[in-house]
Amino acid sequence: MIKKVRPHINQNEALLFERSSPGKRGYQLPPLDVPPVDPASVLGAENTRAEIADFPEVSEVEAIRHFTRLSTQNYAIDLGLYPLGSCTMKYNPRVNEQVARTEGLAWAHPYQPESLAQGILEVMAVLEQMLAEITGMDAVTLQPAAGAHGEFTGILMVRALLESQGHPRKKLLIPDSAHGTNPATAAMAGYAVENIKSNNLGMVDVDELARAVDQDVAALMLTNPNTLGVFEQNVTRIAGILHAKGAQLYMDGANMNALVGVARPGDFGADVMHLNLHKTFSTPHGGGGPGSGPVAVKQHLAPFLPKPRLARANDGANGRWTWNYDLPQSVGRVRAFYGNIGMHIRALAYIMAHGGDGLRNATLDAVLNANYLRVLLEPYYQLPHQAPILHECVFSDARQAQRGVRTGDIAKRLIDYGFHPYTVSFPLIVPGAMMIEPTETEGKAELDLFVDALVSIAKEIEETPDLVLTAPHDTRTSRVDEVTAARKPILRWAAPK
Amino acid sequence: MYPEELHYTKQHEWVRLSDGAGVVGITDYAQKELGDIVYVDLPRVGAALEKGKVMGSVESVKAVSDIYAPVSGEVIEINDALSTAPEKLNESPHGDGWLVKIRLSAPGEISGLLSAEDYQKYVAEEETGH
Amino acid sequence: MLSALGVESLESLFAHLPAEVRLNRPLNIPPGKSEYEIVDYFRARGEACAPPGSHGYASFLGAGVYQHYRPVLVDTVVSRSEFLTSYTPYQAEISQGTLTTIFEFQTMICQLTGMDVANASMYDGSTAVPEAAMMAVRLTGRDRILTSRTVHPEYREVLATYARNQGMPVDELDYLRETGALDLGQIEQKIDAQTAAVIIQSPNFFGIVEDVRRAAEIAHRHGALLIFVFAEAVSLGVLEPPRDADIVAGELQSFAISPSYGGPFAGIIATKEKFMRQMPGRIVGETKDTRGNRAFCLTLAAREQHIRREKATSNICTNQALIALMATVFMTVYGKQGLRELASQNLAKAHYLAGKLPLRFTGPFFNEFVVSTSSRAPDAINRALLERKIIGGLALGRFYPELDHAMLLCATEMSRREDMDIVAEAFT
Repeated sequence: MIKKVRPHINQNEALLFERSSPGKRGYQLPPLDVPPVDPASVLGAENTRAEIADFPEVSEVEAIRHFTRLSTQNYAIDLGLYPLGSCTMKYNPRVNEQVARTEGLAWAHPYQPESLAQGILEVMAVLEQMLAEITGMDAVTLQPAAGAHGEFTGILMVRALLESQGHPRKKLLIPDSAHGTNPATAAMAGYAVENIKSNNLGMVDVDELARAVDQDVAALMLTNPNTLGVFEQNVTRIAGILHAKGAQLYMDGANMNALVGVARPGDFGADVMHLNLHKTFSTPHGGGGPGSGPVAVKQHLAPFLPKPRLARANDGANGRWTWNYDLPQSVGRVRAFYGNIGMHIRALAYIMAHGGDGLRNATLDAVLNANYLRVLLEPYYQLPHQAPILHECVFSDARQAQRGVRTGDIAKRLIDYGFHPYTVSFPLIVPGAMMIEPTETEGKAELDLFVDALVSIAKEIEETPDLVLTAPHDTRTSRVDEVTAARKPILRWAAPK
Repeated sequence: MYPEELHYTKQHEWVRLSDGAGVVGITDYAQKELGDIVYVDLPRVGAALEKGKVMGSVESVKAVSDIYAPVSGEVIEINDALSTAPEKLNESPHGDGWLVKIRLSAPGEISGLLSAEDYQKYVAEEETGH
Repeated sequence: MLSALGVESLESLFAHLPAEVRLNRPLNIPPGKSEYEIVDYFRARGEACAPPGSHGYASFLGAGVYQHYRPVLVDTVVSRSEFLTSYTPYQAEISQGTLTTIFEFQTMICQLTGMDVANASMYDGSTAVPEAAMMAVRLTGRDRILTSRTVHPEYREVLATYARNQGMPVDELDYLRETGALDLGQIEQKIDAQTAAVIIQSPNFFGIVEDVRRAAEIAHRHGALLIFVFAEAVSLGVLEPPRDADIVAGELQSFAISPSYGGPFAGIIATKEKFMRQMPGRIVGETKDTRGNRAFCLTLAAREQHIRREKATSNICTNQALIALMATVFMTVYGKQGLRELASQNLAKAHYLAGKLPLRFTGPFFNEFVVSTSSRAPDAINRALLERKIIGGLALGRFYPELDHAMLLCATEMSRREDMDIVAEAFT
């Protein structure tokens, strides 16, 4: 138990279990309007528990103080720039939060009659249509719960298509710059992984790809723009090479914030892709979820979409919406019910607020911001790839490493300057990577402050490298010992003996 | 640095022969490359190992590396101490940080491994190649 | 900013994109709308629904999604910018808020389930089930899964989707027609040396409390693991925790998570300490910072996809942090006494309603039960109830053809006695 008061502007906060005192409570239930029932007599004594040992017992005030104090130990987009590359940390409009709590939507039960769920079904149908328009694809499922779940769904559909043609094939090609989810997804869908090397511009080596594609290849999983922020110049050729051999082009839509309104994967050869509503479409990250990972496909993959699918009932031209379960070629369900509806509502609100032009402007601003940071930071940090970039830029710590300071140290020092660090050590193809994605949320003033911080840190590394190596200095918590955490895992609180 | 009596592989494992059995570990170079080791996954006693095939893995905070069996045989003992003290692999890779003891099924395989001198040369090339 | 880049227009930043990939027309999406118009649009869509809890509708639907009161503190806490708009807590020094609440969440899940360790949450209960099955396959080196037919039908569909491409055959175990509980004899008949795990749910899809101890005993005798699934988390306020299970996979929707037509929810996986390293998903651990103060960080990351890539325990890389936080606040507000009192109220309401109806099964139940509708079709009863602004139960024929004249009803602390009396009348 932390008892000592520390000199800091907000107090230490003990764990709930340490704050608890027997008998304290923060709730009140209405009086029971039916006769009480003794649990042991109706469920059997052997099936009932005496108590939940060590469960918290705190008052309402203690509860709100606990969570509020803890909240102050978090960084957040609402506090400033959050330049995590590949994560697209943009502003989360608060109107999205309000409309997601609309009573009729938030309290809808998935099994209530369809006639009483038309409002929600319409929201989902409109979102499907808009995502199809944005991606240039023909059909969309909103069922997957997150990006990785969408990848899994998309690859299962590729597998189902190939099986319907006689053979599921054996492997997926994945560029060495890809997110780790891509190979993990391949394994879950029963495919082996073959890595494809990037060329010196960070792009897929088309000749190597042409050699690698054969009758065993089911698909290439391509992130475009790639994790260096570089648009794949040869993407239509890449699609052609795959299609000529009967393979599919899967596009990882993690970086779609660079393309909305400017280019559409469906127009450059992608057969199937997922979107991350929590990246491109502004639904909040919430400290690590919930996400939502819709999958968009071309017509030839549509019969394999998960079930059920939204459809118009056969009762007139503008018939009501209904769920269609009669989908014999479907890959099946990837989760219970219909998806993360609360996230669909927020994403649709974002699209409605921006409109077609606004979405495109957001893309232009996101790309402008990334390029601006690249130009201003290039004199101070090594830029390993010179190709033009879109929504993010990747530097390396090569110059600073000569002074013994690595990307992880620079990231920690950024914290002292009031910024969240960039993405550290990814993509793997850049040693000591510093991956920066500012998004369209930031204005010039915030970007200039961020540049000042990184320029100042570059100077500190020349003059007082220890200052950077031991950062952060100004946080309540200093660098944590991750090694001991992993060697001697303590994964829950236990009552003192 | 690298004990003379050990036999080495290019995947950075070593074997020490004693009483017809082989004790297997990873080299000092390997533990340095991995950094602070937090967990060691070892085969079960009785498992049959095949030279060159994966026999387990070692984890640091941010990486996992497979360990390849340097020789073929049956596992007759594992170093249980590593389950609670994986740091022994960093502190004493050629001693207390040993991994498994194997009853060799093809003792002739030993002659295909590197001597301490050859391994040291190999490692030096690896380092300059970086 | 453009001059710093040495370009004349924003468009020129895209000049390097090949002409054939560029979209040369505006997106076919209506112009941007004001905040007021957006709020109004969704309000109208909400009014085009008739969900339980609004418009004066009462509901007796359960079946995996439960109507429980959401304490005000829940939205107060999750609306804090610091929780709502932060990323996954990779940078521990500025993420102690999220990390500490996840550590508390893991602890409370262990206290509820009787397990040693729990992860930071999964997408939902339905996806936690196949993840638990895959975990059992890794732990046992066996590949076959047996699942009770009384596990939520949609969870079993998800399991089938995951299993199909993993070389993980799934076989089902039938239930006893009299009690509505899993037929334990079916485990004995179907289990073999390739069976990695037996999956049971309790309370099961019919609301019946299963005999976890005996199911575990049979599974263990054959070297298989027992996976315990729960869909109604409030039941753990009175039910004995599944200590005999090896892996627990559950759904926390009941803990202050809006029904939201089926998501987002939060699932969990909890297990014994010895199985910890095969548990999928994110995990938070306790450690110290360089000043010696207690601190928390993500740990055991070497199991995860960003490090192990195709050898990872799962491709999952989100947890449902904000939703798990809702559950954490809920568990805190109700606490030790409250969760028990809440569960007892659910039990009392369900037994009040059940006492007036012809029950299909004889097994002990928590807040859901199956009613025989021998004289009228379930849909006809539900239509009659709708006219009285009551959403009835789930007609079971959709998932169990042999139960086409049966309905699953649920009563919670939010069910009013007068509405229950109307439901009872509709069956006579």
